[in-house]
Amino acid sequence: MARPLGADGRPFDPDGLTLPAAAPEPAALGSRAALHRWWRRFARNRGAVFGLAVFLTMVAMAIFAPLISPYDPLAQGVGIPMASPSTAHWAGTDSFGRDILSRIIFGSRVALIVGIASVLLAMVVGVTLGLVSGYYGGLVDVVIMRIMDGLFAFPIIILAIAMMAVMGFGVRNVIIAVAVGFIAPFARVTRGDVLAVKEEPYIEAARLAGVSSLAIIFRHVLPNVLAPIIVQGALRVSGAIITESGLSFLGLGPPPPTPAWGRMIAEGQTFIVMAPHIATIPGIALMIAIVALNLLGDGLRDTLDPRMRR
Amino acid sequence: MAHGAADPVLDVRGLTVEFSTEGGVLRAVDDVSFEIGRGEIVGLVGESGAGKSLTSEAILRLIRCPPGRVRGEVRFRGQNLLTLGERSLADIRGKDIAMIFQNPGASLNPVFRVGEQMLEAMAVHVPERRAALRRRVLEILGRVGIPSPGTRARDYPHQFSGGMAQRVMIGMGISCMPSLLIADEPTTALDVTIQAQVLALIRRLARELGVAVLLVSHDLGIISQMCHRVLVMYAGRVVEQASVEAIFRAPAHPYTQGLIACLPRLEGTGKLGAIGGAMPGLAALPPGCRFHPRCPVSEPRCRVEAPPLGPLRPEHQVACHVARPS
Amino acid sequence: MTPTTPLLEVRDLVKHFPVRRHPLAALRRAAPARVVHAVDGVTFEVAAGETLGLVGESGCGKTTTGRLVLRAIEPTRGHIVFEGEDITSLPAGRLLPFRRKAQIVFQDPYSSLNPRMTVGAMVAEPIRVHRIAAGAEVEARVRSLLDMVGLSAEYARRYPHELSGGQRQRVGIARALAAGPRLVVADEAVSALDVSVRAQILNLFVELRERLGLAYLFVSHDLGVIRFVSHRVAVMYLGRLAEVAPASALFKQPLHPYTQALLAAIPAVGDGSTSIFDNPARLLEGELPNPIDLPRGCRFASRCPHRMSQCEEVEPALREAAPGHAVACHLYTEGGTP
Repeated sequence: MARPLGADGRPFDPDGLTLPAAAPEPAALGSRAALHRWWRRFARNRGAVFGLAVFLTMVAMAIFAPLISPYDPLAQGVGIPMASPSTAHWAGTDSFGRDILSRIIFGSRVALIVGIASVLLAMVVGVTLGLVSGYYGGLVDVVIMRIMDGLFAFPIIILAIAMMAVMGFGVRNVIIAVAVGFIAPFARVTRGDVLAVKEEPYIEAARLAGVSSLAIIFRHVLPNVLAPIIVQGALRVSGAIITESGLSFLGLGPPPPTPAWGRMIAEGQTFIVMAPHIATIPGIALMIAIVALNLLGDGLRDTLDPRMRR
Repeated sequence: MAHGAADPVLDVRGLTVEFSTEGGVLRAVDDVSFEIGRGEIVGLVGESGAGKSLTSEAILRLIRCPPGRVRGEVRFRGQNLLTLGERSLADIRGKDIAMIFQNPGASLNPVFRVGEQMLEAMAVHVPERRAALRRRVLEILGRVGIPSPGTRARDYPHQFSGGMAQRVMIGMGISCMPSLLIADEPTTALDVTIQAQVLALIRRLARELGVAVLLVSHDLGIISQMCHRVLVMYAGRVVEQASVEAIFRAPAHPYTQGLIACLPRLEGTGKLGAIGGAMPGLAALPPGCRFHPRCPVSEPRCRVEAPPLGPLRPEHQVACHVARPS
Repeated sequence: MTPTTPLLEVRDLVKHFPVRRHPLAALRRAAPARVVHAVDGVTFEVAAGETLGLVGESGCGKTTTGRLVLRAIEPTRGHIVFEGEDITSLPAGRLLPFRRKAQIVFQDPYSSLNPRMTVGAMVAEPIRVHRIAAGAEVEARVRSLLDMVGLSAEYARRYPHELSGGQRQRVGIARALAAGPRLVVADEAVSALDVSVRAQILNLFVELRERLGLAYLFVSHDLGVIRFVSHRVAVMYLGRLAEVAPASALFKQPLHPYTQALLAAIPAVGDGSTSIFDNPARLLEGELPNPIDLPRGCRFASRCPHRMSQCEEVEPALREAAPGHAVACHLYTEGGTP
């Protein structure tokens, strides 16, 4: 509908309802300008950028492992056993003569797969429980939360050990065992945010418009609690990787000969005096990964979580 | 009405408040000047974002610098508050200048009894024995209209309703006999009947004790009933400044006129005059006169040149090319 | 429903909120459960196309009444009759047709819109939920709704934080109108807006009412706003109606002492020559009594300048004192006695 022109040649707009020249605040997630702006904020935090770089390197390592790995990680005797780092073997060799660098590169696969998959699984289950518990309240809420409290009380490692003992080994079971340990925090965080969002007028508006509870939960509540959950997820990945390493260290991780950093550390324990590099170098790799992921998670939180924004 | 005596209690000259943000430097208060004499009530009126609260906060140096930056002069009984040392300023704040805010609950510490808080506030400034101060607290509570002051002084803030809490704040404010009271939207959170009591009290303070009052409000009705002189602010600038009679009988600036026309009257129901659009944000100020995009009488000149604040009549200043062609 | 049946009829509506007792209090003598008497027996009607203004100060129960009428909260007692049908105890599943015809506009433009949904999606939602249209027609309806509230079609793609307060409120109105309601409850719908924007939105409310034949239950504490927008006005005090009258009659000749005090306390824009605050004799003294432990008799008695002995004993009923003008006050009953 064309608007008549005013005396100054511009569209006559007595109520000033033409769009503002520039968006007054950062736009919502999902629009291109928003991504740009978000990136600028994120990039100012150097730790976070470092974390992102390391994470991407890890991902690249994991994906292209067969291409970039100098040796077959499972091949024994490709070098003198327990040789210190040298030009031929940048990270040295272990007691079986396997190239440690190659094992570290392949080890990143296990770390990432377990780390990310277990967090995703925990997120899906935990967030659903948190949504239901927070929105419906009452008995459902009490029951779910008491179960979560029980889960919280268990140290994740013990829980994982118990589950592995029952389910047996294998990457899939490691993922499930680690995931179970992280369901409770997701449920808690989600529930807390749902309780707050539930009281907002726009939720009441939806209810009064006749929108069904299920639709409200997934179309109105969930998008508004997602940001802190994603941040939680990013922060938990490092915890998941540590848990997996702990399990591998104890011999409960993916069975040998699959390279896993935790088990590499365990194997190197015996030789810590003679050939410290066998345990130390995987340890350093693990440490860098964890620190980087934590920095990345913090950076995400600082940029995404509106409460942390000034 | 004895006010506007020879020496003004508060003399603000060229007050400017700027903030450095990621988008650049924003000027939230732009060259504001006014005086308040003894027993006089001066009103700062404007909509949200006009800069009136910032003006009152700047006077008391309550703005964090950096990222803020305050320039100009604020003379209080001869001294420039903006250049005063922290210790002297702390001395003046609370004793000679009192400030009350919109939300009384936020200024009272919930874990201390009200009488205690008033006592402590006074003890800082008034060198008297505690017994004497206690008597003063009760006397003040009575004066601000709190029934059974003896009992209420021992109550905690949450036991006071909004109106009562605001009176306690006023009581605390006047306890040290200030010369100036700055009230920033003091009754916005209160019911109409309670608001009337609180505002009547402030009027009495000005009339009987000679307290100079700076009243900040968006409510034109309150301003017209409370103030002797009025400053109308828009987007950080003063657009009109005059006595209350002049402003309401013969408003000169189109914004002031529009604002008055917007108010629903109790007598009739004709269509409300409305000002189209909204006040521009500080980051998106239009060139020239800041009001020109919404102005019904704007001329080409308004788009280019910002009108200076100048006298239309004696004691009536306006910043508008149309109202005051120069 | 015949043409003379009121659109909305509320009878003896009551809402009590339980007061959470200190857990140890239960150990003491068995005192009766205490409640906040938020709405304590309210009866009124709204005709089709009529605007009833519900006014009062904080704690009077007007907001709660607005919510009760829409069954956003459940009444403790009483009846809500909409289009001749008693909807008071309809189970949630059967309320959908009612939800289509009675809608709400909220006070806060900032929290009444979902920050993660576009304007278009929010306005379209009621259309989809009530299956009024589907596919491309939904978009067409959204556009026409936005146009009706004065927003151009481009706004459909925007998110709430890109809009000003006034624009957001317009979106809220468009959303309320999407399903084609006959009654709209406006809950302090303009109170959070700046003066100049408020006027725009009030004009919009009036324009929409003329165009669509809407009935409004307009809840506000601002008498000026109420005067402008209402055909009839109901004044509430502590959960009950003090006075109900046509707007012009209420403002020209308020009967209830509370209404009179309310009107006297409003700082209307004067010409600055006198101040109502210099004349405290006309202003009300005292505070609201506790809504939990209400006094016997008239709730206003403690602050009423015309208090009589019976006011403290017997609570006055809402009775017609002049045609169409009802008051709950002993001053107006036959010879001053009930």
